[in-house]
Amino acid sequence: MKRILIVGGGTGGTILANNLARRLRHEMDAARVSVTVLSASPRHMYQPGLLYVAFGKMAVSDLYVDQETLLDPSIHFHVDPVETFDLDHNEVKAKSGKTYGYDYLAICTGSRPTLNAVPGLMENAHHVYTEEAALKTAEALRTFEGGRVAIVTGVPHKCPMVPLELTFMMYDYFKDRELLDKVSFKYTYPIGRVHSLENVAKWAAPEFDRMGVSYETLFNAKEVDGAQRRIHSEEGSVVEYDLLIAVPPHKGMEVIEQNKLGPSGWIPTNRATLGMEGRDNVFVLGDTTNLPISKAGSTAHYEAEVLGENLARLATDGRPMRSYEGKVFCFIEAGKDRATYASFDYKNPPRPQPPTRAIHWFKLAYNRLYWNSVRGLL
Amino acid sequence: MSEAKIVDARGSFCPGPLMELIAAMRAASVGEELEVLSTDRGSAEDIPEWIKKVGHTLISSSEEAGVYRLRVRKAK
Ligand SMILES: Cc1cc2nc3c(=O)[nH]c(=O)nc-3n(C[C@H](O)[C@H](O)[C@H](O)COP(=O)(O)OP(=O)(O)OC[C@H]3O[C@@H](n4cnc5c(N)ncnc54)[C@H](O)[C@@H]3O)c2cc1C
Repeated sequence: MKRILIVGGGTGGTILANNLARRLRHEMDAARVSVTVLSASPRHMYQPGLLYVAFGKMAVSDLYVDQETLLDPSIHFHVDPVETFDLDHNEVKAKSGKTYGYDYLAICTGSRPTLNAVPGLMENAHHVYTEEAALKTAEALRTFEGGRVAIVTGVPHKCPMVPLELTFMMYDYFKDRELLDKVSFKYTYPIGRVHSLENVAKWAAPEFDRMGVSYETLFNAKEVDGAQRRIHSEEGSVVEYDLLIAVPPHKGMEVIEQNKLGPSGWIPTNRATLGMEGRDNVFVLGDTTNLPISKAGSTAHYEAEVLGENLARLATDGRPMRSYEGKVFCFIEAGKDRATYASFDYKNPPRPQPPTRAIHWFKLAYNRLYWNSVRGLL
Repeated sequence: MSEAKIVDARGSFCPGPLMELIAAMRAASVGEELEVLSTDRGSAEDIPEWIKKVGHTLISSSEEAGVYRLRVRKAK
């Protein structure tokens, strides 16, 4: 029997598992192939919802579904986080002490914010990267009575659009609260333009100008002085704030670093086959790859579809046929009721169009449709 | 010419090379020279801009067979 083991039950792992279950139904029924998912949590979080929680537009209870209910019944699912990867012997050891062997391994353990990368960030900044932080941000936005709002971004981070979306959404939020005349915005970004995707930067900068949002590029936070409410940058400049909103720099999971699978938890991955560099039967998808593309759910989704097809072929003695071409699709909320999107791949850059209400409503619908999407029903 | 510490960021894409240079600069001492190698054009444009903003000194920059080399001295 060919054993496919998927480590990580988030967006990438769930889509991959269901995709395999659909393609390999007969082989799995006949016990010629097995698919097992190991995850760190019995619940699956819809992470993009955290942004809406921060603006009081989604409840925390809307973010979670039991992981078991998202997986095809033919898939073996265990909440048993992996602690040791023994790639030379085709097995992993999990927290329970149990060892799981495999013929093919897919690693999709995601990424995590590292607020401690910048001294003072943890204590003084609000962010939306955990449930607790999103709720605190909601409270801070709700009770803000005006002053200087600073937006500080570290790279790499999950979802490339979050710095822009937070800024646009705060603008409309404070407008609705009739606070705009008491609020100033300072948006900062680590590289020489306001967004890592050039065309997105070209679209966003004039939007900022129109809204009166000032921005400073080539700004890498070095330290936050909470007492003085100042952010000092590596470049020597200082931004003062009353409300500090951060998009913290991310790393891959600690278990990836500890097992020396990749520096900072990013696993060296072939951009076309999604194979882990130097291994024939190990594949990587989602945030934990070292690929120079967005760490986004849609990236994990498109990668899982390619990998599902290739792994199904490998498990049935065929050869992988499909290449991942770098496809990513991201909505961009441009305020409270307008949105646009960026769709791109390795060869074709995004060309964001003027935001519309229709795209915003489509995004809100997707927030609900996500569960059917990971089940493989969309 | 004195030895420069090499920051090899080849194969890394924007903003990777700039981030690696920033980290290496943090660890370097004033007066020390670093040489960044990068295959990313965007970064080759960003890095001199960053050096100017911070006030370090760009000593040389060149491109050969798709590899950009930027040599910089830590000024403060
Ligand atoms: C605020 C916010 C907004 C976002 N907005 C968008 C958006 O608009 N569009 C978009 O496309 N993306 C967005 N994203 C990004 C998206 O959520 C992630 O990129 C996506 O979830 C990555 O999928 P993944 O499978 O790599 O990792 P995840 O979905 O994070 O899953 C990782 C899984 O690994 C498990 N795991 C961890 N450690 C172990 C271990 N040791 N052993 C076994 N399992 C383990 C975890 O329990 C989890 O199930 C957003 C994210 C955030 C936080």
